[in-house]
Amino acid sequence: MLAADVALNQYLILSAFLFCTGVYGVLARRNGVLVLLSVELMLNAVNINLVAFSAFTRNISGQVFALFVITIAAAEVGVGLAIVLLIYRNLRSPDLDRVDQLKG
Amino acid sequence: MAGGAIGVVRSPNIVHAALFLIVVLVGAAAQYIVLLAEFVGITQFFIYIGAIAVLFLFGIMLTRAPMGSRTDFDNDQRWPAAIVAVFLAGVLVALVVDAFGNDKIRLDDQLLETSRTGPVGDSIFRNFVIPFEVVSMLLLAALVGAVVIARRD
Repeated sequence: MLAADVALNQYLILSAFLFCTGVYGVLARRNGVLVLLSVELMLNAVNINLVAFSAFTRNISGQVFALFVITIAAAEVGVGLAIVLLIYRNLRSPDLDRVDQLKG
Repeated sequence: MAGGAIGVVRSPNIVHAALFLIVVLVGAAAQYIVLLAEFVGITQFFIYIGAIAVLFLFGIMLTRAPMGSRTDFDNDQRWPAAIVAVFLAGVLVALVVDAFGNDKIRLDDQLLETSRTGPVGDSIFRNFVIPFEVVSMLLLAALVGAVVIARRD
C-alpha cells in the first residue's frame, strides 16, 4: 500500500533552477562541448516538468513526451558533437567565439 | 543535484563538468523513480548516462581539450549571463508559486498501476504511433547527418 503527498512546487522549482543554470551555461561558456552540456541541463529541466505534471494530472502522455524528448536529445547531441568536431578541425580550436567569418 | 548543475556551468575543468552532468542526470532519474515513472527513469539511465555522457567524453577527447584546469572556458559575457539567469529564475519561480502554490501530487497505488511500463508502451503504440515513426526517421537522419558532417574527406 502506497500513499504519499508531495508538493508539485518542489519539482517545478527544481526544474526552473536547472533551466536557468542551463541558460547561464549557454550564454557564458565559450567551449562548444560545454555549451552542449548546458543544453542537456535545459532538456532535463523540461523532462522533470513533464513527468511531474504527468503524475499530477494522472495522464500518461507526459511520460511519453519525456521519452520523445530523451530521443531528440540523443539525436541532437550526436549532430551537435559532429559540428563541434568540424569546427575544431577547421579552426584548430573548439571555441565558439572564433566562428566569426560571417562578421561584417 | 543543484550543486551538480552549478558544477556543470562553473567547473574550470572540462572533464569534471561532464562528470557533474552525470550527477545531475542520476538525480533526475531518481526524481522520475520517486514520481513512479519507472520506464522514464530506466530510459534516463540507459540513454543519458550510458550513451550521451560517454558521447560527451568522446567529444572532449576528440577536440583535445586540456585535461587540467583552465580559466578561459568562459567568455566575457559572464556577468550579463548571470543577471539574465537570475532574472529568469525569479520570474519562473514567482509564476510557479503563484500558479501551483498548494497543489500536491498524490502518489498512491492507482497512480503506480497507471504509470507502469505496460501502460506507457500501450500509449506509445496506440496514441503516439505516428510521432514514434517520425522520431525513428529523425534518428536515422541524425545518424547519417552526423557521419556525413564528421567524415574526414
